[in-house]
Amino acid sequence: MITVNNISKSFDDKQVLFNINLEFEPGKSNMIIGASGTGKSVLLKCIVGLIKPDEGTVEFNGRSFANASKELQTEVRREMGMLFQGGALFDSLTVEQNVMFPLNVLTKQSEEEKLERVNFCLERVGLENVNRKMPSEISGGMKKRVGIARAIVTKPNYLFCDEPNSGLDPQTSIKIDNLIQDITQEYGITTVVVSHDMNSVLEMGDIVNFMHEGKILWTGPSSEIGDSDVQELNDFVFAGRLMKMVKGV
Amino acid sequence: MFDKANNLSVRNFMKSLGKFIIFIGQLFVRRESFKTYAVRTVDESIKVGYNSVFIVVIVSAFMGAVTTVQTAYNLISPLIADPIIALVVRDMTLLELAPTITAIVYAGKVGSNIAGELGTMKITEQVDALEVMGINATSYLVLPKIIGSVLMFPILVILAGFVSIYGGYLTALVTGVISGTDYILGIQMTFIPFAVTFALIKAVVFGFLVAAISSYKGYFTTGGALEVGQSSTNAVTSSCIAILAADYLLAYLLAPLLTP
Repeated sequence: MITVNNISKSFDDKQVLFNINLEFEPGKSNMIIGASGTGKSVLLKCIVGLIKPDEGTVEFNGRSFANASKELQTEVRREMGMLFQGGALFDSLTVEQNVMFPLNVLTKQSEEEKLERVNFCLERVGLENVNRKMPSEISGGMKKRVGIARAIVTKPNYLFCDEPNSGLDPQTSIKIDNLIQDITQEYGITTVVVSHDMNSVLEMGDIVNFMHEGKILWTGPSSEIGDSDVQELNDFVFAGRLMKMVKGV
Repeated sequence: MFDKANNLSVRNFMKSLGKFIIFIGQLFVRRESFKTYAVRTVDESIKVGYNSVFIVVIVSAFMGAVTTVQTAYNLISPLIADPIIALVVRDMTLLELAPTITAIVYAGKVGSNIAGELGTMKITEQVDALEVMGINATSYLVLPKIIGSVLMFPILVILAGFVSIYGGYLTALVTGVISGTDYILGIQMTFIPFAVTFALIKAVVFGFLVAAISSYKGYFTTGGALEVGQSSTNAVTSSCIAILAADYLLAYLLAPLLTP
């Protein structure tokens, strides 16, 4: 369980987050959605500690994180996996070395154990025979899958995904969404996904949090997202022609 | 108006200096295992040292050749013995050219590479990926580069000194500005062993400055490809200025010790 208490953040004179309160449940895909520039990525970076909030705390199973000592932050971070928007694979390492990297640095496993785990994770995300390839030699969708494999290789308790299907075609997006959903349920991970893609919301969102101008305006199950009476949420959800057709407007 | 602008640049300089000192301090907290650093340091040493050998040899050989020819043409006098030309080449090489000119070349090659690499890692979130894994990205990425540079640059300076003096010898033989015998005699005249120590002290300081300043410039890159290019340029410019300032300071402090 991750609890976000009264998080606020400003950059110079511009306030980006206003007293955000959220709870992310384990074994579920918790989504943070909203239009571009509403502060979703800033909120995610505050949660994982890449940005220090001006006010408020983040708790991981009761352990206060945002203002904790560097040692405690390191301990909590070693229970995290994160998929970045562009994959953030290390350019100088092969796919296998990228996935093995957290094991090399954070564990004392033998080479055989590490290799076995890497191959398992790569198979789990549907990638085989790419171990020796460099990140520049694989497609965008494959990079995302390698990123997921790297994020889950240390068996994390928390998985964070920043725009997991940006820049991908609809079919590959659905595959990535399903993969995140399956992994979340299979391992009972607390997953937090930031996205502005409505297909993702419907595909994998168990709990959806809608952000607008730095505030959470709506929280609920994805099945109820179309029934909300929040105008900003309706404008966001039914912005596309397809969703308008579904609703009949 | 001038005072205000002056105050602002002093303030900016002090702010950058403070940020740089904090950055260096971060290298020594939350470190990973010794083995992790050992492997990375060997990799970085090969990258900054071995891969710079070619350019250092080329530059040093020409440096020695040009110094010999220039000195010879400037010291044509019946009152000056020919071996003095070699003595001048030796002292110029050991005290100034081998450490300082090699450091400037090194800043251009290695400094821009370090800043470009770290800048790209920063803007593509690879640094964030390390932090999220619980790794001190500053220490993990930068410390091995600095150690590698401090270890390898003195070796490059020794190589540069050797090649430069040998280049001067070959030039003397080919052009006939002085004889080989006079050259060999000259490079042994009134030799002060501390000159080599002096060159190595400079090399350690310059090796540290290039790696640390370039890492700092690269690590704080924000934006995109354009800013990565700017960081690389800034890294080379700042490194060169720091090298020249440190060169003056070391000369001021250590030159009095150069007594036979």
